[in-house]
Amino acid sequence: MMTHTSTHIATVQALESMAREMRHDIYRMGLQTGLNGAHFGGGLSLVEIMAVLYQSVMRVNPAQPRWPERDRFILSKGHGAMAYYAALKQVGFVTDEDLMTFKGNHTFLYGHPSMNPDKGIEFSSGSLGLGLALGVGTAMGLRKRGNHASRVFVLMGDGECGEGSVWESAASAAHFGLSNLVAIIDKNGLQYDGPTKDVLNMDGMAEKWESFGWQARTVDGHNLAELLDAFDNLGGKPTVIVANTVKGKGVSYMENNPAWHHNRLTQAQFDELTAAKAVNP
Amino acid sequence: MSIFTRANIRTWSMLGSAGTFGQAAMGLPAINPETLIVTADLRNFSGLDRFAAAHPDRLINVGIAEQNMVGLAAGLCNEGFNVFATTYATFAAARSADPVRVNMGYMGLGVKLVGLGAGFSVGVLGPTHISLEDIAFMRAIPNMAVISPADCTETVKAVQALVNYPGPAYLRLGGNVPHPVVFAEDYEFCIGKAIRLRGGEDITIVATGPVVYESLQAAKLLEALGLRVGVVNMHTIKPLDTEMLREVYASARLVVTVEEHSILGGLGGAVAEHKCQFAATPPQLIIGVRDYFPHAGDYRHLLSETGLTAPQIATQIQSRWSTVA
Repeated sequence: MMTHTSTHIATVQALESMAREMRHDIYRMGLQTGLNGAHFGGGLSLVEIMAVLYQSVMRVNPAQPRWPERDRFILSKGHGAMAYYAALKQVGFVTDEDLMTFKGNHTFLYGHPSMNPDKGIEFSSGSLGLGLALGVGTAMGLRKRGNHASRVFVLMGDGECGEGSVWESAASAAHFGLSNLVAIIDKNGLQYDGPTKDVLNMDGMAEKWESFGWQARTVDGHNLAELLDAFDNLGGKPTVIVANTVKGKGVSYMENNPAWHHNRLTQAQFDELTAAKAVNP
Repeated sequence: MSIFTRANIRTWSMLGSAGTFGQAAMGLPAINPETLIVTADLRNFSGLDRFAAAHPDRLINVGIAEQNMVGLAAGLCNEGFNVFATTYATFAAARSADPVRVNMGYMGLGVKLVGLGAGFSVGVLGPTHISLEDIAFMRAIPNMAVISPADCTETVKAVQALVNYPGPAYLRLGGNVPHPVVFAEDYEFCIGKAIRLRGGEDITIVATGPVVYESLQAAKLLEALGLRVGVVNMHTIKPLDTEMLREVYASARLVVTVEEHSILGGLGGAVAEHKCQFAATPPQLIIGVRDYFPHAGDYRHLLSETGLTAPQIATQIQSRWSTVA
């Protein structure tokens, strides 16, 4: 049997380039927030996931943003907004000019996503633990419409899984047999106050979801080929993809550093990151 | 043929507001084919057993999970469905407060959230189920309509009005079983349009919910004492009928608000917030439940304990009137 990894080589190269561009856009967005700062850590941890979703997995069309058969995406961990917006730029929902208004006083790109269907933002988020219920309702609504083409993708954080509402919705999705629903856990192991293990231990994440009636897949959330495989052949149950990631991925001093959950980037740091990109584009 | 027959109105009254909701629901798919009803393990309490049998695909029971219920209902709304969601009023307002605020308020998704057993309706179950803060919470949420019917006839009217109402709304259903009848025949109901039930030049009572009935009785008691007391049914607390309120300020020498809700943040608060913008308006007496948790008791007992029976309302008004007249 041919491995998916070999079939994905060309795709993976394109995705690597997309991920690099997205990271750079995250630095640019972050820089122009100035002293306000931005959520770097939890944005950088989900760059590869967002690249794979928007480039290779989801069916969306910026020319027809309300196309009924589109796939629906919900960023339940709203603080991952910078990676979301960077992906929306890559596929053409928002412009580079839009990105440079991030967190400004008159922007539509808030610090947490604000519902804007024409710009590819299905729902607002920011209060953790609410996205999966919206996903359950959306998946159920698609079924009731007889739409078997569209799927619903809900991206959550591992810290977010401390919210009880997540597990209400997890039970509900399995109960109603919503195989058109896919949850992705950006398991970067860090939350605001430190390691998730220390704050509220959520070890056995995949097993937890399995015990709620989901099928679980665990992948390296920065390995594009593994991610592509994980989204193949989604089965007869709701699926959770537990993506092991590194918070702050791609910037040495941000990686696994709780101080970069939300922080400000200096011009010098930005210049250094830009220089590194020029050397290794 | 109108469903507002004397026989139906009598039946609804016997069922109480929750059972009446289920009866009203039966006709909704014919009015709006996109209608779905979600409930958090209160199918039967919501009187929806017949609806579930007639429309099994339109009734979604999510179990005891109110936060998930509101989010799920909002997701269905976003796919174009017209969704009612039912739970106890306390849980609608407090347990699912954040999904209500974010999904219904901020995103404006048009879920019709039905708070059952509001006020003292299930008072024997104690303070966890006695809902006296729900109006305060719901009306503070931008975009939210808040409707509190005076009786079971008005419950049917409100449900029918909401089925094609685009925005998010909270429908507060409570009262006793059987529910006293305020509207014994068909009438015109419009969200946001208060109804003057009784004229009277000295005092106007602006009431909402089941205590509209008590207020009408109180007005009659006061009439016997020579006071001319009008009654306005403010069935929609948000958007508030400010046009009617201006008429009330112009005509009455004392404004009285009556509600089966905390005196903090309910109808009394809404009227006071509006009235204080104008010079030379009549004083206001806010009649409601003082700031405490009443102990468990049946409906009539709790009305009496909190001063909301007709004779108690009349006494409070009479006492305040003596300082005005």
